[in-house]
Amino acid sequence: MPPDLETATNRDTLRRVAIDPISRVEGHGKVTLLLDEAGQVHEARLHIVEFRGFEAFIEGRPYWEIPVIVQRLCGICPVSHHLAAAKALDYVVGAVPVTATADKMRRLMHYGQILQSHALHFFHLASPDLLFGFDAPVAQRNIAGVIAAHPDIARQGVGLRRFGQQVIAATAGKRIHGTAAVPGGINRHLSTTDRDALLAEADTMVAWSQAAVALVRRLHEADPALYDRFGCVPSSLMSLVRADGAMELYDGQLRLRSADGEVLRDGVPSHDYMDFITEAVKPWSYMKFPYVTDLGPEAGWYKVGPLARVQNCDFIPTPLAEVERRAFRAYSGGAIQHASLAYHWARMIEMLHAAEVIRDLLPDPDLTGGERMAEGPRAASGVGVIEAPRGTLIHHYWVGDDDLVRWCNLIVSTTHNNEAMNRAVREVARRELSGQTLTEGLLNHIEVAIRAYDPCLSCATHALGKMPLEVRLVDADGQCVAQQVRNG
Amino acid sequence: MSQPTFLLDGQSVPFDDGQMILEAARAAGRYIPHLCWHPDFPPHGSCKLCVVKVAGRHVSACATPARAGAEVESDTPEINTERRTLLQMLFVEGNHFCPACEKSGDCQLQAMAYDLEMTTPRFRHFFPDRPVDASHPEVLLDFNRCIYCELCVRASREQDGKAVFALTGRGINKKLAVNAESGRLADTDFSADDKAAHICPVGVILKKRVGFAVPIGERTYDRAPLHEVALPKSEDSA
Repeated sequence: MPPDLETATNRDTLRRVAIDPISRVEGHGKVTLLLDEAGQVHEARLHIVEFRGFEAFIEGRPYWEIPVIVQRLCGICPVSHHLAAAKALDYVVGAVPVTATADKMRRLMHYGQILQSHALHFFHLASPDLLFGFDAPVAQRNIAGVIAAHPDIARQGVGLRRFGQQVIAATAGKRIHGTAAVPGGINRHLSTTDRDALLAEADTMVAWSQAAVALVRRLHEADPALYDRFGCVPSSLMSLVRADGAMELYDGQLRLRSADGEVLRDGVPSHDYMDFITEAVKPWSYMKFPYVTDLGPEAGWYKVGPLARVQNCDFIPTPLAEVERRAFRAYSGGAIQHASLAYHWARMIEMLHAAEVIRDLLPDPDLTGGERMAEGPRAASGVGVIEAPRGTLIHHYWVGDDDLVRWCNLIVSTTHNNEAMNRAVREVARRELSGQTLTEGLLNHIEVAIRAYDPCLSCATHALGKMPLEVRLVDADGQCVAQQVRNG
Repeated sequence: MSQPTFLLDGQSVPFDDGQMILEAARAAGRYIPHLCWHPDFPPHGSCKLCVVKVAGRHVSACATPARAGAEVESDTPEINTERRTLLQMLFVEGNHFCPACEKSGDCQLQAMAYDLEMTTPRFRHFFPDRPVDASHPEVLLDFNRCIYCELCVRASREQDGKAVFALTGRGINKKLAVNAESGRLADTDFSADDKAAHICPVGVILKKRVGFAVPIGERTYDRAPLHEVALPKSEDSA
């Protein structure tokens, strides 16, 4: 078996197995495996098969339209794109900083987004694998199965997501695709009615989030052999952190930490991302492969998202989440955790942090009154970086004197994790699948590894529950020798 | 001598001699859909949304004089189906992407589509390639949304005395043009204070750097439907 499963040497003679589409993730992707006669895996790749093209078609559009247009590239975290675009364009209109009202309204919106997205991913998409087992019957391994077997967990998950969406609706104007963040500020205040309704539930949401963290921690502690090993791909970690090293999801500067915990780069201004990161292209994927430029493509790839953020920051600035962060670090004796399933634990710690931030921010009078807009000297370009639920999201725009966007660059969170997800797929293929008779449950192991990253593969669609799945065995002549179809 | 009347969907509507069906109906608080008609200008008769049925014929209410005793059908399934078809053709002819359009909620075309319960585009989209004109420092022209009502053409010519806009080409190749050798708005004497800058019923002529300053949900047709907003306020119609 070749050590690197990215590209097999004798591709034409191998049989191909495709997992298409990958289920219980956002958007559409597929995995292809190339196997020899003995069932040994020679190649494993995660493909992103959709193409968005937003960078091209917003060229020539007026800049004030952009935060509303670009959020349409995703139905599950539109707030992240909405805010990253608005932050980038704040520089163009000279609104640096924005007013306290604008900053706090946007933060509240963003933490509502983190809460609802993390709840959706863990409870609706990932928990069936963790609660029932990777190869449990497919009839059970879905959200309906969770509702039947664990009604309290399911109810809290649905409730957390609902609350997060209500925070978004109260700040953005709509639960999905709101229009509140505008270049230079925000176009509305929080109504006192919405504030009071959210405050009434805020403590409950914190308690439910705590329970979710405890649930994942129990799962880890009950089966460390699985959780510490499965899909483990050591790499650097990248995220924004606050100037004092605190976890910061809305703003901050970039930090890169090595696989063994050493801070390699710190305080990198978000505007310098182009010098910091290079995006490599591979002929078999629409999704690029970013790496830290001066470390090179082999050593410079990294992970982003909850697992990176929880271990990259020095502390979490809300007390309950900080307690859980310390427990998370203590679990591995202070060593950096790289196992794919640790993403879930880190994600729930972040959900708890988001619930605390929302609860603490809601009474702030800047939300219900105060100046909404700022302005200053015009600039030709702006970079907006935000920690979206799935990781670091970068928006960069050049705007002409005529107010039209001349050029745009978007690096979405899932793109940063491209190399890590591919390596996790190869790791699972190598350890779990090679030489085995392929079953639906065994193939689901690969999906479990991908799912842990909570990828937004198209940044456009949302797949829930039992997705249609078609697996074909194709011989070296391209003939289908076996086929399994699972209808949605 | 009492004022003459006609019947609009079975109800009596008084009118003055020479008054068009649409004007008389409007004065009586009765709405007939329209896009290219505007109280400040003579009837144009191009959008055909004001189509009504009189004596078995489909005519434009904005340009058909009211006649005593006439029976006019407007709010009927037959006529509204015809209006929906006209709307569907307007939507596919241009590039009308309401979700990201800053005129959403203030757009008469969108409001009428809601009013007439248009749920699909029905026809194949043309997806025309119409670059925007951002040359003017204060006003953006997004030709993608033009419905050729000529209100800007008429306002610029008749009220602003400038003739900044014109329609050129014929039939399917018709387009809104800027009356300058370069074709650029910046090379005309157009001003953001012109009547023509404020009359576009859709999202073509836009004051720059406004965008989404007014939240979606708080806009003109978010608060009340077009068939209410379009009628004159009671003190005006008295």
